[in-house]
Amino acid sequence: MEDVMNLKKETLQKIDEVIPRYPEKRSAVLPLLHLVQEDQGFVSRDATEWIAEKLGLKPINVWELVRFYPMLRDKPVGKKVVRVCRTLSCALQGSYKTCKTLRDAFDCKLDGNSPDGAVTVEFAECLASCHTAPVVMVDDDLHEHVDEEKAKKIAGEILNGQPKQGGSA
Amino acid sequence: MSAKERRIILKNIDQHGYGNDIDTYLEHGGYEIWKKALQRKPEELREEVKRSGVRGRGGAGFPAGMKWSFLDFKSGKPVYLVCNADESEPGTFKDRQIIYKDPHQLIEGMLISAYAITAKLAFIYIRGEFPDGARILERAIEEARSKNFLGKDILGTGFSCEIHVHRGAGAYICGEETGLIESLEGKRPYPRIKPPYFPAALGLYMCPTIVNNVETLCNVKHIAEMGGEEYAKIGRPGNTGTRIWCVSGHVRKPGYYEFEGGALTLGELIYDICGGLHPGRKLKAVIPGGSSMKILRADERFKGTDREGNNFDFALEDLILDFDGIAVSGSLSGSGGIIVMDDTTDMVDALANVSAFYAHESCGQCTPCREGSLWLKKILHRMSHGQARLEDVDLLKSVADQIPGRTICALGEAAAWPVQSYVAKFRDEFIAKAENQAAGRTNGDGGISDRVQLV
Ligand SMILES: Cc1cc2nc3c(=O)[nH]c(=O)nc-3n(C[C@H](O)[C@H](O)[C@H](O)COP(=O)(O)O)c2cc1C
Ligand code: SF4
Ligand code: FES
Repeated sequence: MEDVMNLKKETLQKIDEVIPRYPEKRSAVLPLLHLVQEDQGFVSRDATEWIAEKLGLKPINVWELVRFYPMLRDKPVGKKVVRVCRTLSCALQGSYKTCKTLRDAFDCKLDGNSPDGAVTVEFAECLASCHTAPVVMVDDDLHEHVDEEKAKKIAGEILNGQPKQGGSA
Repeated sequence: MSAKERRIILKNIDQHGYGNDIDTYLEHGGYEIWKKALQRKPEELREEVKRSGVRGRGGAGFPAGMKWSFLDFKSGKPVYLVCNADESEPGTFKDRQIIYKDPHQLIEGMLISAYAITAKLAFIYIRGEFPDGARILERAIEEARSKNFLGKDILGTGFSCEIHVHRGAGAYICGEETGLIESLEGKRPYPRIKPPYFPAALGLYMCPTIVNNVETLCNVKHIAEMGGEEYAKIGRPGNTGTRIWCVSGHVRKPGYYEFEGGALTLGELIYDICGGLHPGRKLKAVIPGGSSMKILRADERFKGTDREGNNFDFALEDLILDFDGIAVSGSLSGSGGIIVMDDTTDMVDALANVSAFYAHESCGQCTPCREGSLWLKKILHRMSHGQARLEDVDLLKSVADQIPGRTICALGEAAAWPVQSYVAKFRDEFIAKAENQAAGRTNGDGGISDRVQLV
């Protein structure tokens, strides 16, 4: 099944490193889900079964986590994932406008992808940087004080830095 | 650093040239306290923590020494330590500063704590949205391992301890300690019923487990350094040590500030430390401890009798900043997240924003929380989108009143308290919204002002 998954060598290596850290194998399921998602962009049904087999679980034990945790995805998303904090301190500083600016820039619906599938803009709940509101995460990077002007700048950088093509997976 | 601040936990953070690598940490005396702690008996260290009176900084303010004393050592099972680095309560951002800027302080605090409770395995449960934070902690752990501060037979003492970083995946409920444990076991993070599942007896893998917040565990390092008795001299009785307050919202200088317990008032924090409000604005309301806590109205008076039998009559600005000082307001200092709102804030919209959070984060196990939080969100969404009705005010209250005390975990309270307090304290505003909308005086834009958009 390793072939079916086509996971990168480093991913497989990390998976083997992570499992023995835990007194009980099942604890490794969340780290494995993160590793597979980082590798493939999302967690497919096949991946669910593969992880289950690896840890001696039933596929439902893995799938129910994919369906529960907001950061885990069961569908491909854009190459760039832009997450705008929606919660109170950011909203007080205008994060809804920030979100709209970004959605308009990529022509995507709320919680949706751009038409070419390259960019996903979605809301996130408090990102624990409320003093630098509004904040936005572009993939792993936190951007602070993102007003409309800064949002346009970020959008421009993403658009320029990325050839127009379909999403990952 | 402002005049009244006393930085113990944040001492080195944001200082010029202070990096998050081990060399910097060692130059600043890092791991010396760990070395000394290793020479002492675990029970002595537990005693120091008890004497310090330090209260948990994660939200509930439970004395850490007492929590540790509940550990079931007789079971003979392994003991685990878990650092709660899930930091997700809206308005809270202190743990992030420690993790990103001074990770070794946390590792040292954790090692001392693990040794004190005889845990050989510890986990840092870090929220999924801190990917860099997780990498920084992993690197710090490797650095500490390379110096044998961590790992097998630490510095030749025979004590072994491992720390692993475990990433969450975006669910707020993983911050609740028993939900966190379920998540760490690889399951959905459904909180457990207490009793019987108090972590100190039946925690991770049904073994005795201590879950403490990042800031709490950092404090243990300083308690081990100065001794519990000395530490207890900082701050006020029952509110010992320093506390990091996170201020956000409508102030000129939002940020994180560390003070001795009871060293200043809420008014001094807002006006002197945080530079007050923006020009031309007036204070309207303050949430004193993360968005789940009851809101305080700017013109409220807080009256009562304190423990010594003295009567008090405080304005909001007079509230003393520590656990007990905030509690006299009927609200709580929770996670230390203070959110300030000025007179441009529409309270219906603000509450709609808060309620959407708790509805999103309810794990769904308990009917009152799952259904109640969702209905509150829906009613408030409707109210803030041009369809407020006069009867909504009482409807909100009746739904919210059904939740507290009827759920497995405190998220039920977190969903209800904001609604109960906003509706009670800003009732006129909720009613005016309905009247204005009925009279066609608002155009169904949700009352969203041009500047502040909340829902
Ligand atoms: C819904 C909910 C969310 C919580 N989130 C956090 C959190 O993100 N971080 C935290 O340290 N404690 C959080 N807590 C409190 C923990 O349950 C627990 O009390 C705390 O980790 C204990 O650490 P302390 O004693 O050091 O404060 C949360 C509690 C509830 C009910
Ligand atoms: S109170 Fe809410 S979050 Fe807590 S266990 Fe019940 S449903 Fe889950
Ligand atoms: S509310 Fe946006 S980071 Fe906390």
